[in-house]
Amino acid sequence: MSAADLQGAREEVPAVDSGVDLGVALGALRLENPIATASGCFASGREMDRFVDVGSIGAVVVKSLTRLPRKGLPTPRMVETPSGMLNAIGLQNPGIDAWLEDDLPWLVEHGATTVVSVAGDTVEDFVHVVRRLRGIAGIAAIEVNLSCPNVEHRGLVFALDPEASAELVRAVARVADVPVLAKLSADASDVVAVAAAAVKAGADGLTLINTILGMAIDPVSGRAELANTYGGLSGPAIRPVAVRVVHQVHAALPDVPIVGCGGVRSVEDVVQFLRAGASAVAVGTGGFVDPFATETLRDGLAAWLSAHGFSSVRDIIGDVRTGHDA
Amino acid sequence: MKRGTVSGRTDRDGPIRVVAEVVTRRRTGPYTTLVIATQELAARSSPGHFVEVAVEAPGTLLRRPLSIARADAAASGVGIVELVIGPDGPGSAWLAEVQTGSHLDVIGPLGKPFPLPQRPARCLLVGGGYGAAPLHYLAEVLVPLGHRVDLIVGASSESTLLHSIEAKRVAHSLQTTTEDGSAGMRGRVTDAIPDVVARHGSDVIYACGPNAMLAAVSVLGGQLGVPVRVSLEERMACGLGVCFTCAIPVRDRDGEVQMRRSCIDGPVMDGSRVDWRLMGLGHVVDAMGGGADDPDPTEAGADPTDRAVVA
Repeated sequence: MSAADLQGAREEVPAVDSGVDLGVALGALRLENPIATASGCFASGREMDRFVDVGSIGAVVVKSLTRLPRKGLPTPRMVETPSGMLNAIGLQNPGIDAWLEDDLPWLVEHGATTVVSVAGDTVEDFVHVVRRLRGIAGIAAIEVNLSCPNVEHRGLVFALDPEASAELVRAVARVADVPVLAKLSADASDVVAVAAAAVKAGADGLTLINTILGMAIDPVSGRAELANTYGGLSGPAIRPVAVRVVHQVHAALPDVPIVGCGGVRSVEDVVQFLRAGASAVAVGTGGFVDPFATETLRDGLAAWLSAHGFSSVRDIIGDVRTGHDA
Repeated sequence: MKRGTVSGRTDRDGPIRVVAEVVTRRRTGPYTTLVIATQELAARSSPGHFVEVAVEAPGTLLRRPLSIARADAAASGVGIVELVIGPDGPGSAWLAEVQTGSHLDVIGPLGKPFPLPQRPARCLLVGGGYGAAPLHYLAEVLVPLGHRVDLIVGASSESTLLHSIEAKRVAHSLQTTTEDGSAGMRGRVTDAIPDVVARHGSDVIYACGPNAMLAAVSVLGGQLGVPVRVSLEERMACGLGVCFTCAIPVRDRDGEVQMRRSCIDGPVMDGSRVDWRLMGLGHVVDAMGGGADDPDPTEAGADPTDRAVVA
């Protein structure tokens, strides 16, 4: 393939207005289209205004916010791996107070459907941040980043344990006044059990999946590639895992809305997640490569659905056929 | 994306995406120069800006950040942008094989460019390895504005020295250094700096190259009382300001370290504010005889690129 075919390799899609209904619901939350941004991959939103209209994105999930500002980890924070990348940023963020003052007004002014990702070291940390969000206009939902080490339990990551996940989600749901999404990890030995526990504890929906813990070593120097040794794997390398988790959880909890996430690059990837059972699909690492992805995937999805005889995106959610049920 | 396409918010300043034809491809030692035809990108570019280029090497995902080595919006009636490809990694290897007549998917210009002097200045440009590439472009911009340009280009040996006939023509003086003495002066760029500063009374140093070299030049600049602007290299996943992988520890005016994104707040930064020790380059600072707090921040009024001083 020549360089000329870069990102033009896929079938040409006719532009917009195909008459296809792209609206989806995540419980009480209505999205104009199912394409969202993944937390940590869209910063505060303002950086991407240079490329896309943030108001046209189904949902903007902002970079995780903590009680106090965080400077994050030293570099190297990133290494590219086959069809993916490892990152260890350390939740660098301005803290919830500065974000409310500096960033949220901009998102509101630009018509973004804003989902606030919340992170912390303890249940109390999360609750503190969620309390600060109460009664504030312009926040569509809260996403709980359960891939945080719980310092009160020997640093065990919340998302690995159904009970710890339930405790955290319950505490957040109690104080939140908008829908709560729980973002889970495929590193859990039984992610379906964690999903069920989170829903029982009050999660209105699930985001599946966060990055997968990984490591890379420079074979010559013998050094770990990341300053933090371990990091989260993202990109197309994890897509099959993410699709599998969405399918498993949707099969077990068919009424729970799911935001699918992991290695989305193309319209065909979006369709896979929808058919597996996701009601919306978040673009993460793919947006690093193509900052226009949210718009091209939205328009491309409408064209794809139209070309394949569907009038609504909702027609294909969870319609995957498996085994012999051809 | 079709060939020749320009997309993005073309009605405003800032980065756009172009699918541009490669019109020239040159080999210089281990380096490959690609010239792409794009009036829109060239018109928006300044020295110090970079672009993110899509690659299709098997298994790769991310774009590659490349400094703009030259931009001329009027060249050949179409406008051109030059990119220099280094020899390392699968993405670079793929780019080095891109043939004339094919197209590259490029986003740019990105980052903050070199701040230009606000009054007539004697500028010392220091480049290491293929990091020297954007300095030739900077020299081309500085000289017509009436500034003096002295250029020091270094490398480990002659084979990796980035030669540039154009740079030699435009700069007032050119000194090359190689660590093995195979070309020019034997040693490192920092061995050549004190003499050039003494002879020409440099007001500002612009440096581009490996981070260890930038740390050494920054410490030396502090010792010589010359402000240093460095163009940093840090691993970058997006180059767009959203991934936070390229963070650099920079001391703010209160001396507190902040992690600044080199893609948005840089890649050009004040070398005296970068905390090189936190970047794992304490051994370089020590070898240059730097103290615990070196390099010292530049004194107010000494930096000719400081707009606040002029205003």
